[in-house]
Amino acid sequence: MTPKTTTPTSSARTKAPKSAKWEMRLYVAGRTPKCMRAIANLTQICEDHLPGIYHIEVVDLLVNPRLGKGDQILAIPTLVRQLPAPMRKIIGDLSNTEAVLVGLDLRPRL
Amino acid sequence: MAKNLKKSRDSVLSKVSTGFPGFDGITGGGVPKGRCTLIAGSAGTGKTLFAMQFIAHAARDLGEPGVYMSFEESAEELTLNVASIGYDIAALVGKGTMLVDHVYVERKEIVEAGEYDLDGLFIRLAAAIDQIKAKRVVLDTLEVLFSAFPSESILRAELRRLFRWLKDRGVTTLITAEKGNGTITRYGIEEYVSDCVISLDHRVSQEISTRRLRVIKYRGSSHETNEFPFLINRHGFSVMPITTVGLDHGASEERLSTGIPRLDTMLSGKGYYRGSSLLISGTAGTGKSSLAAWIAAAACRAGERCLYFAFEESEKQIIRNMRSIGNDLAPLVEKDALRIHATRSSTHGLEQHLVGIIDLIESFRPTLVVLDPISNFIASGTTSEVKGMLTRLIDMLKVRNITGLFTSLTFGGSSLEETETTISSLMDTWILVRTYEHDGERNRGLMVLKSRGMAHSNQVREFVLGDQGIELVDVYLGTEGVLMGSARIARESTLARSQRDQAQAERRRLDLIAQKRLDTEAQIRSLQQSLEADQDELRLAQEALDAQSHADAESRQRMASNRSADPAGKPAKAPSPRRRP
Repeated sequence: MTPKTTTPTSSARTKAPKSAKWEMRLYVAGRTPKCMRAIANLTQICEDHLPGIYHIEVVDLLVNPRLGKGDQILAIPTLVRQLPAPMRKIIGDLSNTEAVLVGLDLRPRL
Repeated sequence: MAKNLKKSRDSVLSKVSTGFPGFDGITGGGVPKGRCTLIAGSAGTGKTLFAMQFIAHAARDLGEPGVYMSFEESAEELTLNVASIGYDIAALVGKGTMLVDHVYVERKEIVEAGEYDLDGLFIRLAAAIDQIKAKRVVLDTLEVLFSAFPSESILRAELRRLFRWLKDRGVTTLITAEKGNGTITRYGIEEYVSDCVISLDHRVSQEISTRRLRVIKYRGSSHETNEFPFLINRHGFSVMPITTVGLDHGASEERLSTGIPRLDTMLSGKGYYRGSSLLISGTAGTGKSSLAAWIAAAACRAGERCLYFAFEESEKQIIRNMRSIGNDLAPLVEKDALRIHATRSSTHGLEQHLVGIIDLIESFRPTLVVLDPISNFIASGTTSEVKGMLTRLIDMLKVRNITGLFTSLTFGGSSLEETETTISSLMDTWILVRTYEHDGERNRGLMVLKSRGMAHSNQVREFVLGDQGIELVDVYLGTEGVLMGSARIARESTLARSQRDQAQAERRRLDLIAQKRLDTEAQIRSLQQSLEADQDELRLAQEALDAQSHADAESRQRMASNRSADPAGKPAKAPSPRRRP
């Protein structure tokens, strides 16, 4: 699977600041069900909460193993929020939406 | 079928060298090839160093590439740490025979949201292995993952998968783990690594710490089950078990002089064997060190190289003291034929001493090694530990055909021959120096208690330390007991005097006999003379008598013819003339 970019589509219903640009990188390893779920879940969450201001980069480590080093990727899938700072890491297939929102600081931590 | 059997046996027992000769000896070749080995131990026991040497040795000495995946220390830190034991990691990495990968994980950065696996780690490890075609892998330490990932069940499943995966790839893996409280490892990693488990330990006993190693389990192979002391020094990790040396060393026929002619005589005339072990034991002040230094100096002057380990005196003190008995060591030290290495025996544990000694032996390459005294080691360990250490040292010396000379202090009160029983069996030649107290004097006596392979003297000799050196003098063993020192000198002069007197008496007696003989001869001569005089007189008297009788006969004839009464020629009855005598 080649790294691909999911172009954001316009959709409302979000509290996120529209001025900021959200840079997301999702590390996957091949087209496993887990990875495919993660891509779908992430896209859904971004569409719901960050319409028009996000950018997702999917990195397949099977294709380019060295890319995992910089972000110290051990778990697959791993989502890295590069912007806005600070960097956040969320692991798993992102099926737990609440946890993802908390991890992305879109919900206050309990 | 036999071939199949052999093949399967080979595959079961195939091992790879770790680079620590002692360890390879314990395990019969090293760690299992293509499998996982666990190194467990508490903090500071040397797990990382063991693992690093495992990779670096293979990369440098065997040309076998290896990946070191560190979860704790960075590559820079590791490089620095291993430089202290003589490995240049940067150079090995540069040559592509080694790869150090620092995996940095911190829990607080990670949020869990759904299912995941550790494919990222697998991919990273696979990439590293493929990059340098690694045969060996170290994971130091995976336990960090337990604090990084919240879901222990996922992690355990992934670890199980990781070890199977490594095994399938055929790389020999070493993983390190922290020792748990009452368990081999804190997180029970031994559960996944079932092939070989090694435990490292670090214990302090009597304020001296000793590192120990034990092979807890080794599937498919026999191994030593004992705990072995080990050491980390500038050559890295070293284990020296007794069992790896063995008793198959040669035995030299060459004999070396002790430098004391009479001591050589006591050792069947030729001195000690090269490569043998000599023990000089005795109570305080009996001259053990002096004797040892004398023998060492004599050997050096005969062209040997001697390494002298002094545990009681400094080099300068030894040189000064030996000079006082006419044994100047300074020129030998300058020539580097003799090296004196002075340390306190209590400064290190026994293992460190042993490795330190062996280190110096390796670099100086002596033919004679002196340890003065070995009894001080008792302070650094128990008797059995000391014996174990000395056994290994002596075996090591014998394998290299180096003569070992040891002194041992016997403590007052204990039997002279008892204290050393623990080590005496290791010694080939045992010289006992003891003092005899007599007439308010203490004098030194020397005897050869045993000496393997030669007919040694059974005599006690007086051992005299004078300005001119060491001398062995006969002692008097008579009705008065053993006489030494002044008593011996007094006895000697008494004997000399009586010998002188006896000689004089003898001479006088001879003179007397000669005189008597002369007298007798004179007497014989005078008697002879008087005998001759008597004979002369007798002859004269006879002649006179003969002349008289002749004259008488003539006158009778004349008277008869004058008378004309009787027929002529027929004399009248007359007494017949006397016959001549």
